[in-house]
Amino acid sequence: RTLQAAVEHWEPRCDVSGPWIPVSLFLVYKIKAQMDEEIDTRKINNSFLRDHNYATEADIISTVEFNPTGELLATGDKGGRVVVFQREQESKNQPHRRGEYNVYSTFQSHEPEFDYLKSLEIEEKINKIRWLPQQNAAYFLLSTNDKTVKLWKVSERDKRPEGYNLKDEEGRIRDPTTITALRVPVLQPMDLMVEATPRRVFSNAHTYHINSISVNSDYETYMSTDDLRINLWNLEITNRSFNIVDIKPANMEMLTEVITAAEFQPSQCNTFVYSSSKGSIRLCDMRASALCDNHSKLFEEPEDPSNRSFFSEIISSISDVKFSHSGRYLMTRDYLTVKVWDLNMESKPLETYQVHDYLRSKLCSLYENDCIFDKFECVWNGSDSVIMTGSYNNFFRMFDRNTKRDVTLEASRENSKPRAILKPRKVCVGGKRRKDEISVDSLDFSKKILHSAWHPSENIIAVAATNNLYIFQDKVN
Amino acid sequence: MFPKGTKRKFSDSREEPVAGGEDVNQSSLAAVRMLSSYSLQRQSLLDMSLIKLQLCHMLVEPNLCRSVLIANTVRQIQEEMTQDGTWQIMTQALSAANAAAQCSADRLVATEVLCRQTEAAQGEQVPKPFPVVGSEGCPAEEVLEEEEAAAAEVGMTMSTVSPQAPTSYLPGTFGMDPCWEEEETGEDDDDDEEEDSEECGSGSEGEERERDSLVEDTRTAEQVFGTFEIKNPAPSPDPALEELFSDVDASYYDLDTVLTGMQSVPKMGPYDLLESLSSHGPSPLSSSTSCRSDLNELDHIMEIIVGS
Repeated sequence: RTLQAAVEHWEPRCDVSGPWIPVSLFLVYKIKAQMDEEIDTRKINNSFLRDHNYATEADIISTVEFNPTGELLATGDKGGRVVVFQREQESKNQPHRRGEYNVYSTFQSHEPEFDYLKSLEIEEKINKIRWLPQQNAAYFLLSTNDKTVKLWKVSERDKRPEGYNLKDEEGRIRDPTTITALRVPVLQPMDLMVEATPRRVFSNAHTYHINSISVNSDYETYMSTDDLRINLWNLEITNRSFNIVDIKPANMEMLTEVITAAEFQPSQCNTFVYSSSKGSIRLCDMRASALCDNHSKLFEEPEDPSNRSFFSEIISSISDVKFSHSGRYLMTRDYLTVKVWDLNMESKPLETYQVHDYLRSKLCSLYENDCIFDKFECVWNGSDSVIMTGSYNNFFRMFDRNTKRDVTLEASRENSKPRAILKPRKVCVGGKRRKDEISVDSLDFSKKILHSAWHPSENIIAVAATNNLYIFQDKVN
Repeated sequence: MFPKGTKRKFSDSREEPVAGGEDVNQSSLAAVRMLSSYSLQRQSLLDMSLIKLQLCHMLVEPNLCRSVLIANTVRQIQEEMTQDGTWQIMTQALSAANAAAQCSADRLVATEVLCRQTEAAQGEQVPKPFPVVGSEGCPAEEVLEEEEAAAAEVGMTMSTVSPQAPTSYLPGTFGMDPCWEEEETGEDDDDDEEEDSEECGSGSEGEERERDSLVEDTRTAEQVFGTFEIKNPAPSPDPALEELFSDVDASYYDLDTVLTGMQSVPKMGPYDLLESLSSHGPSPLSSSTSCRSDLNELDHIMEIIVGS
């Protein structure tokens, strides 16, 4: 039977380009409570026993990703669970319900493991999900935790074979002597069931924590990236992977830089980039050599000497790197800014957008409470004209590259009333605070939007705010 | 969070003392105060960073990126303090305290921990600006208090010493990398490395001596955030045991404080795994004892597995 979720839907407003409206709000913990029976596979040796009835740390969403058509939306959480949402099909009966996403499938992708040799736990938190392009009726996605990548197949089943020769209707083996005639099993319709099965498990290839996976445009290979190495896999082969980047120094005491993210170029299967904790991006060509330790291009902006502090390096560390859909541009996110790079210009970015520059004077406090290490992601819209990234206080920001306008919106239950468009928010940096503004010191740094996704072709966005998933769109057809 | 209005622009407050004033006495006093306040801030940042590196004692492997960034911050502070000459003062004070406890300078990190614990038990007050590994004996609050006291102490000494130009230290002026820098960054600035080695070669004997202690101190500093693992001098290993595990890669086995419940042993640091993987690499200070300590660890692990 299809899984029902506690989903709230709001009627979208009419077509107004620009203002954003909430379409669906998923309170994840509610979903979990309903699906208790199906997915409770907690093993006894788990040292963490989690209660399903209220929001817990396991419900914190750790990754969000649309599939290439935008029909499906996957989220991964800290508890190792993947929830896949499917968009409602357009129907004449309820035309306004198009654009709503409902739960399609949910499954436990990764379990916590214990490495006995090192006496360390391996978290089951899903770090990244990447969809494969659809080639048949089934959907495939890659999901990864710190150490292991898995290929999952999500498929529908609405027919069941009946009339076996060797088994009876309950599945018991029939006594062969009682079989006097042969019959052909017939497929009978059944209630729609969505099942997820692990098809491949790619393990034991990473000593350090995997932070990225990226599917190649050849649809045959993908790469997995940890702090110091990047491995290339064939989707069919799980017992072998090729190391294509290795920045581990001979003496670990000399380690000063790690890899923070990596991605394949969307159309050239030989090209990929990886970013570092020192704020540099390297573009590599796999045709040049087997081990791509030498980059083809190095994108790095010289440091601004006037802004230099002890925290300069930390805030220059790149938390996310994304190619534009066109493949011509690169977007990087560091702690305070988003930058768009032209692949043909390595010396400096094409555009720099300030996400929350008011935090520049608070860096020491943010260092103390570890917020300075938060890894924000960034996303392109389908036409590469708008970029979006998250901030604190459940704020997220959008920058229109053409008009140079930007907007700050908030993903919160209280401020997203149904049938109301989202109101732009503003942070007051000093002096008099206006009525609707919020001062920097009132920002809630525990509410951070690290993960978000943009529909590949439409203006629909999915924003993860801790354990809640918000889906907004700007207009309805 | 720090109280509102506290400026944390280190680079800004640093330039202030240089600005001249009309009243020389007044301005120099203010400059000294400013410098000491900056030094205190810098010291507290250093202490905070070291605590962060230590407190990665979760059951889960610590985040390598975070650890590297914090370690780089510590390194930056070290560099700056080295240029100021305050680093030397601090490590001298440290080595004096350790010399009193009859520990070699090589084992600066290890002895600091042991000294700290024994002295804490004895109630002795020794300036310990380095809250290094082994915080199990001293809970976080205690460590913080001690650091603040230490920081204040060091700050006081620094305020009186700071105007003194670091003469025997760096031949260069404008932030020239000291000798040991070339050991760290193999990848960038080959030109700088060449310059450094030239500078290192020249100089009086006094300078050489300073540099040697510098190298030593830096190496121990490297140990602080490079290894986070005490290499306790162990008795000669059991030959039978050695033979048994001769083909086992000992580098995997780290100290397992949780399972063995050993209190005197430091928690997992960010570089534990990394250090263990490179334990057979060229590290002159630790290579002699690393094998023996690894075998001790093996012993512990085997005990757990066997359940004896």
